[in-house]
Amino acid sequence: MSDAVEVKTLVIDGRELSARRGQTILEVAQENNIYIPTLCHLEGLSDVGACRMCLVEIKGSNKLLPACLATVFESMEVSTNTERLQKHRRTILELLFAERNHICSVCVANGHCELQALGQEQGLTHVRLPYRNPELTVDASNERFTIDHSRCILCTRCVRACAEIEGVHVWDVMGRGINSIIISDLHEDWGTSSCTRCGKCVQVCPTGALFDKSKIGSDHPKYPDFLPYLNLMREAQ
Amino acid sequence: MSKLKLATVWLDGCSGCHMSFLDMDERLIELAELVDVVYSPIVDTKEFPDKVDIALVEGAVASVDDEKKIRKIRAHSKLLIAMGDCAITGNVPSMRNPMGPEAILDRAYIENASAQPQIPCVVVPKLLQVVRPIHEFVKVDVFLPGCPPSADTFHIALTALLTGAPLDIPALTRFGA
Repeated sequence: MSDAVEVKTLVIDGRELSARRGQTILEVAQENNIYIPTLCHLEGLSDVGACRMCLVEIKGSNKLLPACLATVFESMEVSTNTERLQKHRRTILELLFAERNHICSVCVANGHCELQALGQEQGLTHVRLPYRNPELTVDASNERFTIDHSRCILCTRCVRACAEIEGVHVWDVMGRGINSIIISDLHEDWGTSSCTRCGKCVQVCPTGALFDKSKIGSDHPKYPDFLPYLNLMREAQ
Repeated sequence: MSKLKLATVWLDGCSGCHMSFLDMDERLIELAELVDVVYSPIVDTKEFPDKVDIALVEGAVASVDDEKKIRKIRAHSKLLIAMGDCAITGNVPSMRNPMGPEAILDRAYIENASAQPQIPCVVVPKLLQVVRPIHEFVKVDVFLPGCPPSADTFHIALTALLTGAPLDIPALTRFGA
């Protein structure tokens, strides 16, 4: 095989596009201004396909694939916004809202939350599933930040930011399925963990699960844009 | 044309949705030309009327009394609108759900009581074990989220519903708005 970049041609939502081999559907869509909703994906972090918001339909396959992980192939035909996908996306959001205690009105991230914004964007006006109302803890032992598990959607952005960018891997996921929970070190208090207090996890958290203690009320925008910039600077070195 | 009969109801909420409704200010006069307010915390009718065209319900279902009321409202209303986050999600009243009502009553009436600690058991309705949104009890026709929905949201949504104009609620409001 030659060193030349191998080009694939594919169709997304009726548009004929070209892509490089190994590119994901999401990358190609974003390069061509085709919107696919995402939640656990964040530019600058590896992708895990945890949230399933970016599911797309591929012609000839019954399986829905996460656009953040599925790579392009020649003559692929992708649909990003069919009725079936819209229905699944709304249901996923309803499951997320019902799973833990997301009380938007009294959340530190109200107005700056990606879950809340996606709910509105996908036309959610109520949750058809019964709320689970789990009893979950808040760990405020870190001098600068707090983790409120009631708001956590297990996107694992914090886990990836800490492991991949900060290189400390304080965060990880304990338990399975509905009992999964984000823990610091070996399930110790965040305040006495090996955390470097860099705050990257707080900035990448899409909801009010991780927040800065110095912020009050809902005045808490997050700025995750530093990630691709940081990666670029490191690659340049 | 006779005016439509409008009812507004206050279940387990803070009355903020009603305040926001009143914040329509002078637009309430326009609204009053289209509807008669037949039942509301702000009018002096004690019993929910037999035939209501539009019922706006604020608040979650938190007590046996709320449950009785919401079933009656549904039975006597053509269009039932869940008004605000408490009615739609349980919102702040539902924050007691992980602990249960006994823990909350204990905290309020025993632990923090300075005199005669006792849990009220007469006149006040019994609390349900879990606070739930109204659509878990009855069919809801329109969901108007927000904490509270803004006066503009009320105005646009009610005008659309009264005139039959198209209504795109997610473009107007969201949970926590």
